[in-house]
Amino acid sequence: MKHVLLEPDFEAWRAAARDALRSGYRPDELDLEDGTAPATLSLMLEPEDGATGTAYPKPHTSKAFLEAAQVVSVHRDSQRWNLLYRILYRLQTERDLLKLETDDDVAQLLRFEAQVRRDLHKMHAFVRFRKVLEPGNPAERPVVVDEPVAVAVEAEAHHLMLETPTPFGNLRTEIESCAPAEAPAEPECEHFIAWYQPDHRILPMAAPFFAERFAIMRWTILTPDASVSWDPVAKQLSFAPGLPRESAPAEDELETLWRSYYASIYNPARLNVSTMRSEMPVRYWKNLPEVQLLPTLITQSKTRVESMVSRQQAQPNAQPFVPDEHTIQALTASLPACKGCELYCHATQVVPGRGDRQAAMMLVGEQPGDQEDRRGEPFVGPAGAVLDRVLEEIGIPRAQLYVTNAVKHFKFIQRGKLRLHQNPRMSEIMACRPWLLAELDAVKPKVVLCLGASASKSLLGGTFALMKDHGKQLSTPFADRVFATIHPSAVLRARDEPNRIQLQTFLADDLARAWQASQA
Amino acid sequence: MNIQEKLEILADAAKYDASCASSGAKRGGNGEGIGHSDGMGICHSYTPDGRCVSLLKILLTNMCTYDCVFCVNRVSSDIRRARFTPEEVANLTIDFYKRNYIEGLFLSSGIIQSPDYTMEQLIAVAKQLRQVHKFGGYIHLKAIPGASQLLMEEAGLFADRLSANIELPTQGDLVQLAPEKKSAVIESTMAQIAVRKDEADEERKRSSLAPKFAAAGQSTQMIVGATPANDRQILSTATHLYGQYKLRRIYYTGFSPYPEADARLPLQAAPMMREHRLYQSDWLMRFYGFEASELTSEEQPSLSLAEDPKTTWARTHPEFFPVDVNQAPRESLLRVPGVGYRNVERILNIRKYHALLVEDLRKLHVRVKLALPYLIAVDHLPGPELPALLPAASQMDLFAPVSALTGSV
Repeated sequence: MKHVLLEPDFEAWRAAARDALRSGYRPDELDLEDGTAPATLSLMLEPEDGATGTAYPKPHTSKAFLEAAQVVSVHRDSQRWNLLYRILYRLQTERDLLKLETDDDVAQLLRFEAQVRRDLHKMHAFVRFRKVLEPGNPAERPVVVDEPVAVAVEAEAHHLMLETPTPFGNLRTEIESCAPAEAPAEPECEHFIAWYQPDHRILPMAAPFFAERFAIMRWTILTPDASVSWDPVAKQLSFAPGLPRESAPAEDELETLWRSYYASIYNPARLNVSTMRSEMPVRYWKNLPEVQLLPTLITQSKTRVESMVSRQQAQPNAQPFVPDEHTIQALTASLPACKGCELYCHATQVVPGRGDRQAAMMLVGEQPGDQEDRRGEPFVGPAGAVLDRVLEEIGIPRAQLYVTNAVKHFKFIQRGKLRLHQNPRMSEIMACRPWLLAELDAVKPKVVLCLGASASKSLLGGTFALMKDHGKQLSTPFADRVFATIHPSAVLRARDEPNRIQLQTFLADDLARAWQASQA
Repeated sequence: MNIQEKLEILADAAKYDASCASSGAKRGGNGEGIGHSDGMGICHSYTPDGRCVSLLKILLTNMCTYDCVFCVNRVSSDIRRARFTPEEVANLTIDFYKRNYIEGLFLSSGIIQSPDYTMEQLIAVAKQLRQVHKFGGYIHLKAIPGASQLLMEEAGLFADRLSANIELPTQGDLVQLAPEKKSAVIESTMAQIAVRKDEADEERKRSSLAPKFAAAGQSTQMIVGATPANDRQILSTATHLYGQYKLRRIYYTGFSPYPEADARLPLQAAPMMREHRLYQSDWLMRFYGFEASELTSEEQPSLSLAEDPKTTWARTHPEFFPVDVNQAPRESLLRVPGVGYRNVERILNIRKYHALLVEDLRKLHVRVKLALPYLIAVDHLPGPELPALLPAASQMDLFAPVSALTGSV
C-alpha cells in the first residue's frame, strides 16, 4: 500500500492521481490522504508496495468527471480522494461509467457532489451580512477592522495675482500665496461582514457568487477554515485564514425590521414546523437573526388562530334580536332589547323608524344624532330640519313616508359637554342590517331612498360610489327600486352659500325623482 | 406611522399570496448596483408554516376599493390600513438585499382609485429600483386586472415575473365572493402579458439587444376551499390557463381563516392535503403527460385525500400495467406510481448498458414498495392482481381541535 499525503486541494490530487496512473497503481494499492489529517502509526510503518495494475502513460478523463471531481474535492469526507482515484482508474477502461448511476462508486460520487452543492446553495441562502461603519474597539482576539483607504485628493492650488496692462502686454505680480484648500472629510465606508460555518470547505466556490451579487459593496465572509474579502474598487477577492464567530459584528441595525417582517409574513393557520426544519436544519439557526423569534411564533400560532375564528363567529350581528314577526309594531317592541353590537352601551335609547307603515317610499338615513338620541325619533335634529324644508319645497308630505336609519343607535365621542357624531364602522352597519331588512319587509315600499354613504353601503354593498352612482335606479333583492343621494347633513356642512344651494338642489332633485318613481 | 409598523401591516396583508418563487430569470451582475439572479431561485429563510422566504413580499397599500369576501383587505374589513411610498419600498428592498436576507421584491397592492393608477404605482417602485438603484435582483409585480396594455408593457420591462390572480376556480365563484372581479377581465390581462412576452421573445431571437419582457413569465393563484368548486373544475380551469396563457405556475392556496373574516366564509381551513393533491395533479399534468380529465371523473370529481392521484389512476387502469422497466417507452414509465420523472431519465440511460434489477431501482430511490405491483424488472414479475385501495392508516389525533382549525389531516 502506497500512502500519499495531499494538500487538501484539487490540483494536488490531480497531480498525484496522474502520477499514480502513469505508474500503474491499482486503487486498492494507493491511499491518498489529506496532509492535515493525522496519520496513524500503523499506517506509517507499513512497507510501501510497488504498483501491479495497468500503467496508463497517457491517462484521460472526461470534462464531466473533472467538474464533478472538483466539486467533490471540497467534501469533508477523508475517503473522497480515494473514491475519485478509484473512479478515475475505472474510467480508463469503462468510458461510460458515469452514466451508470446504480454503480456504487458513481452513486457515492453523486451523493458527495449533491451534498457539496446543497451546502453551497444553503450558504448562498443563509449568509447574513452585518454592516459596520467604524472600526470597532480593539480586543484581544483578532477582529476585522474596517479601515478606510486614504485617497489623496490634490487640492486645487491657487494664489492671488495683480495684472497690470502695459504696452508690452499684461504684467503680472504675485500678491500673496494662498493656503491649500482643506482636505475633504474622509468618506464613511460601509463594510458588510458575515460569519458562517459551512459543512464542507466551500468558501472558494461560494465567493464568486457573492462577488457578482454584491459587486459594489465592500464585504467579508468569515468561516472557521478561511475568510474572504471583496474589494469593490479593485474588483478582487482576497483570502485569509479562518476566524472565530466572535470576530464578526454581533448585530445589525436592520435586524429588528427583518424580524418583524419574518413574524408578519407567516400564516399561523398553516403551522408546518417539520417542513421548516427539513429545509432549514437546526445547525444553520445560530447564524440567522430571525430564528430567535421561532419559539414564540410557534407557541402563539394556536391561540392566534383560535382568536381569529372566535372573532369571526362573534362578529357583531343583530339577527338574534330581530323577532320572526316582521311588523313595525313587533319590531319597535323588540328593538330596545338589541345588543347586536356595542353601540347600545353608550346611547341614551334606540331610535326606531317612524312614519306611514304602508308608505310607498322609505327614506334610510345613517344613524340617529344627538337630538334624535334624546327624543327617540329619527330626523328631528338640524338634519331633520333640512329634510323637512326640502320635502315641503317640493311638496312631499312627510307623513306619507317611512323614515328610518341604517344604524339604530347614536355613535359619538364625548368632547367636554358635546357629543360629537362618529361614522359607524362597516361592521356596525352590517350588524344592524337585519333590523333594516325586517323593516323593509314590514313596510314593503315601492321605492327606497338611501340618504348618505352609510345607508347606501348597508343596502348596496361596500363599494357603492355615492357621488358617481347617485340618482340611478338600482334593483336589490329587498326592493325593486333603490335610489341613493346625499345625506341632508351635507347641506349643513356646505362651504358657503352657493355650495349650500347647490347641495340642497341636488338633494331636492333626487328626492323628487324617487318620489315620482314611487307614485308611478 | 413608522416603517416598522407599516411593514408589519403590509407584510401581514401580503402573506395570503402563496407565490414566492425567485427562479426562472437569469440576470448577471451589472457592476453598477447590487443584485444578480442565478436563475435557480434561493430560499433565504423558512417560516413556521414551512414556506420559504425568498422575496420581500409586501403590499404597497392594503387599502382597497374592492369587496372580495375571501380577502383580508376588502373594503368592508375593519383592519388597520397603511401605505408605503415607492421610495420606502425601494430602500427597504435594497437594505434587506444588501444583508442577503432576500432575493428581491414581490410587490402587490390593494386597488386604489383605479386599476391603471394602482399599476402605475407598482411600476414606479420597480422603475426606481432598476433605474436609480441599478438593482439587479428579482422583481415580481402583480398585474392588476383591467390595467391598460401600455402599463403591462412597461411593467414587463422592469419585472422578472408578472402575475394576475385568477382568485377562484370558476366565474360563478367570483360572482359570489368577488363582485368587482370578472374572469374575463383577469384573463384578458393574462392574454396581454402572454402576447407581449411572445413578441418580446421573438424579437430577442432576432437581436440580443431587444429588451427582455418578464423573463420568468407569469403565474397565478387560485384559492381552494372557499367555495364548493370541486377538484375536477379546478384542474380543468388550470389546464385552460396553462394552455391559453403559457403560465409558468399556478399556485393553489387552501383557504385558511384570517382576521376579521366575513361570516359567509367557512370557519375551517381547507385540508392542506387537498392543496398537496392539487399540486401533485398539476405536476402530473405538466411533466408526466396526464390530462386533467384522467385524474378525476364525473362520478368522483374530488381527488382522494388518502392516496396520491398517480396511484389512483394506476389502480383504476389495470389494462395499462405491468410496465417493463427495461422495454417500455418513456411515456409509459412516467405513469408508474413511485417513479419520478428524473428517475425515468436515469432508467432510460442505464438500460442502454445493462438490464435493471429491483436492486438497481432501490439504489435510484424509486419507491419500490409502491411501484413493484406495476412493473416488470429482470428479477421481478408482478402478481396478476393490482393492489386494492388500502384504508389509510390514521393515527388518533391528540390535538383534534387544533387540527380542525389548521386543516392538517
